[in-house]
Amino acid sequence: MNKILLGLLLGAVLGAMDGATAWFTPAVRTQLAGIIIGSTIKGLIAGIAIGFFARKVHSLLLGIGFGLAVGFVLAFIVAQMQHGYYFEIILPGSIVGMIVGYATQRYGTAPAVPATSRQS
Amino acid sequence: MKSLSDKALKRLRESADVPDLVGTRYRLLEQIARGGMGVVYAAEDQTLARRVAIKVLDVPVLDSDLAHRLNREARVLARLEHPGIVPVHDVGTLADGRVFYTMKFVEGRRLDEHLESVPSVPDRLRLFLRICDAVAFAHARGVLHRDLKPANVMVGAFGEVLVMDWGLAKIVRDSVPAAESCADPDAVHFLAPSALPTGPEAAPASAVTSHGTILGTPGYMSPEQTRGDISSLDQRSDIFSLGALLRFLLATPASREPSESTRQKDKALDAVCDKATAIDPRERYSSVSDLSADVSRYLDGLPVTARRENLLDKASRFYRRHTIPILLMAAYLAMRILLLLFSRR
Repeated sequence: MNKILLGLLLGAVLGAMDGATAWFTPAVRTQLAGIIIGSTIKGLIAGIAIGFFARKVHSLLLGIGFGLAVGFVLAFIVAQMQHGYYFEIILPGSIVGMIVGYATQRYGTAPAVPATSRQS
Repeated sequence: MKSLSDKALKRLRESADVPDLVGTRYRLLEQIARGGMGVVYAAEDQTLARRVAIKVLDVPVLDSDLAHRLNREARVLARLEHPGIVPVHDVGTLADGRVFYTMKFVEGRRLDEHLESVPSVPDRLRLFLRICDAVAFAHARGVLHRDLKPANVMVGAFGEVLVMDWGLAKIVRDSVPAAESCADPDAVHFLAPSALPTGPEAAPASAVTSHGTILGTPGYMSPEQTRGDISSLDQRSDIFSLGALLRFLLATPASREPSESTRQKDKALDAVCDKATAIDPRERYSSVSDLSADVSRYLDGLPVTARRENLLDKASRFYRRHTIPILLMAAYLAMRILLLLFSRR
């Protein structure tokens, strides 16, 4: 599986699961479906960006750092749109970004470089 | 008649020892090392304008056993074209009858010196794997090294690892007569049984090579090599030496570590060393590839074949292998629980 697809799938799954944790907050339980869909879309976008980064940069530390940054920015935008729940959205979103960053660096295949050999 | 002083004698001896490279393409630069049968000098290849190492026989005699051995060492090296084995360039005879061969001039440090700057165990294991690669290649070409030890491994300025000194190498699959060997500066030489005292007071005779000597380095020689049981020598003898080398790599403190500090022992790596250095060759790894595969498995956080794990070992290894994701997930869960607790207040 290539890194972008891995980031996409993992971002979507973790985003959906992260969104589903809203069930534990009674005040927003009625909007659970919308939160899960929104969080999944956020995870998809983050996953593509992080997967693309992992294709270009091969560094575990930078991958995790980039995941943190993307997760933070996207979660911040969502929190701004919600006008609240900053900690509840930004903190988990950032950590999910870090997990996707780690996974795309550690796993997934990078595009192969054609090898040439010639002796004259 | 006036006798020469010790200093003058020494100088005379030194100048007589210096090989005369007239008629060759090489220009002598400096002496690098002295061995049991030859001296290694740095020289300049004037045709290709590059530095080479030249090993010259100590004694200027043709068709001697030593000359034959040096020639054979060069031929062994010539058949081992591998990035981890020092390549031989040329072989010949000097005007004074001394046999020589030239090889790549390796700029670097001996493994035991290099370890001072390598504190990390995984880095040391990666070095070890590269040594294994070279030895496995030699075994595939039917050559046993028979004198693997830290002093015979060089680490170059760019991190290249080179297995040196194939003077004791034994060709096990070839038309070249087997069990021939060459002398080595650090090698222990035992007397042939014929030279040993006989009778009831005589010490138990050590077994011998076909030349009547046991060659190798104590601590790194396999028991069968120590006994001189050359008929049973195979690649498992080198595996014993590699096991001893691995133990050395794991035990030697780096320069940054206090000298009295004992490195934390890892049970899995200990088991790998124990298996490689088993007294009975049948209990060792059957090939260098098996040994390096086990070390690679350790580096990848997988169980080694040399040790059966219990549940605690498995859990500990799983944590070591997946530390970052485990910590990230634990952080996520802890933060979710804390947020939940705060939101309910």
